[in-house]
Amino acid sequence: MNIAVDISAVWPELFIAIAAMVMLMYGAFRGEDSTRFVTWAGVLVMVVAALLVLAGPAGKTTAFNGQFMVDAFAVFTKVLLIAGAALALILAQPYNMREDIKQFEYPILMVFAVLGMMMMVSANDLLSLYVGLELQSLALYVLAAIRRDNLRSSEAGLKYFVLGALSSGILLYGMSLIYGFAGTTGFDGLAAIFAADNDAPVGVIVGLVFIAAGLAFKVSAVPFHMWTPDVYEGAPTPITAFFAVAPKIAAIALFVRVMLGPFGDLVAEWQQIIWFISLSSMILGSFAAIVQTNIKRLMAYSSIGHMGFVLVGLAAGNEQGVQGILLYLTIYLFMNMGTFACILAMRRQGRMVEDIDQLAGLSKTNPYLAAALGIFMFSMAGIPPLAGFFAKFYVFLAAIEAGLYVLTVVGLLTSVVGAYYYLRIVKLMYFDEPAEAFDRSPGREITVIVTVTGLITVFFFIGLAPVLNGAEAAAAVLFGA
Amino acid sequence: MDSFPILSLVTFLPLVGVLFILAARGTEEQVARNARWGALWTSLATFVISLLLWLNFDPTTADFQFVEKIEWLPAFDISYHMGIDGISLFFVILSTFLTPICVLASWRAITVRVKEYMIAFLVLETFMIGTFVALDFLIFYIFFEAVLIPMFIIIGVWGGPRRVYSAFKFFLYTLAGSVLLLAALLALYFEAGTTDIPTLMAFDVPASLQTWLWLAFFASFAVKMPMWPVHTWLPDAHVEAPTAGSVILAGVLLKMGGYGFLRFSLPILPLASEQFVPLIYTLSVIAIIYTSLVALAQEDMKKLIAYSSVAHMGFVTIGIFTATQQGIDGAIFQMLSHGVISAALFLCVGVVYDREHSREIAHYGGLIERMPKFAFVFMVFMLGSIGLPGTSGFVGEFLILLGVFQDNTWVAFFAATGVILGAAYMLYLYRRVIFGKLEKEYLKKIMDLEPREIAIFAPLVALVLWMGIWPDPFLSVFDASVSNLLANYQSALSSVDPLNLAGR
Repeated sequence: MNIAVDISAVWPELFIAIAAMVMLMYGAFRGEDSTRFVTWAGVLVMVVAALLVLAGPAGKTTAFNGQFMVDAFAVFTKVLLIAGAALALILAQPYNMREDIKQFEYPILMVFAVLGMMMMVSANDLLSLYVGLELQSLALYVLAAIRRDNLRSSEAGLKYFVLGALSSGILLYGMSLIYGFAGTTGFDGLAAIFAADNDAPVGVIVGLVFIAAGLAFKVSAVPFHMWTPDVYEGAPTPITAFFAVAPKIAAIALFVRVMLGPFGDLVAEWQQIIWFISLSSMILGSFAAIVQTNIKRLMAYSSIGHMGFVLVGLAAGNEQGVQGILLYLTIYLFMNMGTFACILAMRRQGRMVEDIDQLAGLSKTNPYLAAALGIFMFSMAGIPPLAGFFAKFYVFLAAIEAGLYVLTVVGLLTSVVGAYYYLRIVKLMYFDEPAEAFDRSPGREITVIVTVTGLITVFFFIGLAPVLNGAEAAAAVLFGA
Repeated sequence: MDSFPILSLVTFLPLVGVLFILAARGTEEQVARNARWGALWTSLATFVISLLLWLNFDPTTADFQFVEKIEWLPAFDISYHMGIDGISLFFVILSTFLTPICVLASWRAITVRVKEYMIAFLVLETFMIGTFVALDFLIFYIFFEAVLIPMFIIIGVWGGPRRVYSAFKFFLYTLAGSVLLLAALLALYFEAGTTDIPTLMAFDVPASLQTWLWLAFFASFAVKMPMWPVHTWLPDAHVEAPTAGSVILAGVLLKMGGYGFLRFSLPILPLASEQFVPLIYTLSVIAIIYTSLVALAQEDMKKLIAYSSVAHMGFVTIGIFTATQQGIDGAIFQMLSHGVISAALFLCVGVVYDREHSREIAHYGGLIERMPKFAFVFMVFMLGSIGLPGTSGFVGEFLILLGVFQDNTWVAFFAATGVILGAAYMLYLYRRVIFGKLEKEYLKKIMDLEPREIAIFAPLVALVLWMGIWPDPFLSVFDASVSNLLANYQSALSSVDPLNLAGR
């Protein structure tokens, strides 16, 4: 084993790890004044890491005795989650200034979480998978509770930690069962075993169920979703934006990788599990969101619903489905970041407002913001020609190809229910009489992000073909092409 | 025809107007004025260019004309494919014709947020035209669905007291139907490997799949049409929408359902279409008789016209599924005629509503004493709606009845009773509003039509009479396309073994 080859595969991760430690040192010596500088340094680290990911080895490369793997699928998802983290960092900047959050650890923890996610995406062994997942989770638990003198934030952190630890335990137990019955933890080894012998022992099936449950928790799919609304509501808003995007992308990528990689030949065993959690997530996400009054809780249920739609692509279990998932995640990233940027602009007399009713009449008091939020809402509801429509189109195309007609029809009908609560926000903004106006000038960073993500959401159809091609190449590697 | 992308120009020209309006600066008053004029000029220019389509159209062929095709998603064989044939040409012109009329009709009636209003209408125009010129199923679906966004905003922001309820009902009803269309579109794509409409028309969809696809298509188009019993969103939406919104809704949006049946259900799924003819006939006959009776009992003018629309659309669905030359010609003609007449009737209601702010029939009476010009205009459209010979309404209904008589005399009989009921409720409406003594104090000062309103109504009156007296310029345009459609339809049916068909 040549160490140079191994290192060349992990350049981006290595860079992030070293940069994060340097940032930590800088912050520790400079104290609280350094938060602003460290935040922008974090954004820069993300940009450089994204370039390193793109410049990485072409084709499939494994390193460190098959623990770590880089392929087109990993590259695609890494770029997405780095983009999500960078946007969340930029959004955090004005928020931290206003709310007087001075912990410099804040951007550093985000960077560490990204490192963990990149490990998850590149994992080629149950062990490296677990290490990456835990690095990510621990950073996220702390982030949720970063406002330690705030009751709701602490509660969110604790809740997240307890339930997250439980799910990690379930996951680990499933892994140990797999190891016990199959004798290996390497993805390649597992795939070879199941390819040779389709009749998996019952222990493997049980282990698979546990792993699926653990991963479903991480993507907040029903019935493992209970933590999501509380954590979303309690965490500081830029952190919520980060939670809603980057960990979801990483966990879905991991889910796809695990199910289609080592357990790819056991489709018949896990397809019905995914079918069920996908369907129930779509249904619960759309119905439960109707009664929400807090916009962050609403976004939590919305993200549960969206994860249901994403899992439709996994339930399909074909190349088309993975392509649809990647496209969905790309679009989801921009829609969600844009929406959270709008939520961050909801301030009155210097205080954040999170009540949905406070949006009333926004189209009169702030037409620009209202138009942008309206676009995101229609897009999330999946109305063409906005981006969200194409996301749904491609996952359901895969479901039809796999013959999952019930899932398709029910899923599409729940999107009508979902449309109701998205429209409710449009209704508040456009049809109702204005409440008091929000504070002017939400911050240049927020305006820029709202504009950019809004334009991407509206004109996504122009760039659809290249994104699809990238997703196609990424999906192909999971199917041995 | 040269390769100039005239269809894209017609489709997207309104968006140029949107950019212009968005750029308008100044006081609220100046912005409103700029928005009005900007929208009027843009929509007029679009209308003139769309007339060029008609002038250059070759009615002898059933092929798609002015075709544009640009690859969009080559890996999926989905392309930006535009083109029109005889069936779609007039729907495009109907859309471009009604939009400037709507802008004019809203000139005084809309005083708040004029800029957003005009933008919504121009965006809506783009989506409407796009729906009719798209030759790719996905592109069609995108435009078809996108229409909901501006319409939702128009009803919700500028509508009447119950506008929120109506806007939601309209949006969710239509969306629920449309997502099933999307499911069918996906299944069809998976089966045929393309969403290109001309290719799909030539593709033989397996008989077992046709039934399901047809039902999914039906779910969407029947809601849009709207057919009984999924018509209930229409009266609400019409009553609450601003006048121009009702005009577009009745004039163009309802036609998308009929266009969908003609463009997709009949040519792509001929076997299932044949199989479901009894269902369509039953629902349509119920629609014609039931909604006519409901219309007779209405107290609200807009609601009455809304229910009459459902009845008239019942004729259209019957005509389409007779699968005879006369029936389909009649259905298309009826849609065009209804597009003009119902739009005009809503404008008539708008005229008195602008003056009195009431749509109650009982609020009026004896208007002929103060408003003779209005009474005349209203009479023309009222008679057109009844289907008096010499108006456009007659030609459509007559052809449809002629077509259905060949197929099923009982359906023809019941449909014909609808004509009588139609005369009953329209004449009853006219008598209560226009005739009688002008006894109500507040009506004694009501003003007759002003020049702007005459400018709106004059082309509509001319069109109704032209289409009624000399319909050939219209009929001859879609003749070739309809006979081609029917030839394919019949050959698809006869290619299936009749025993097999019966045993299915």
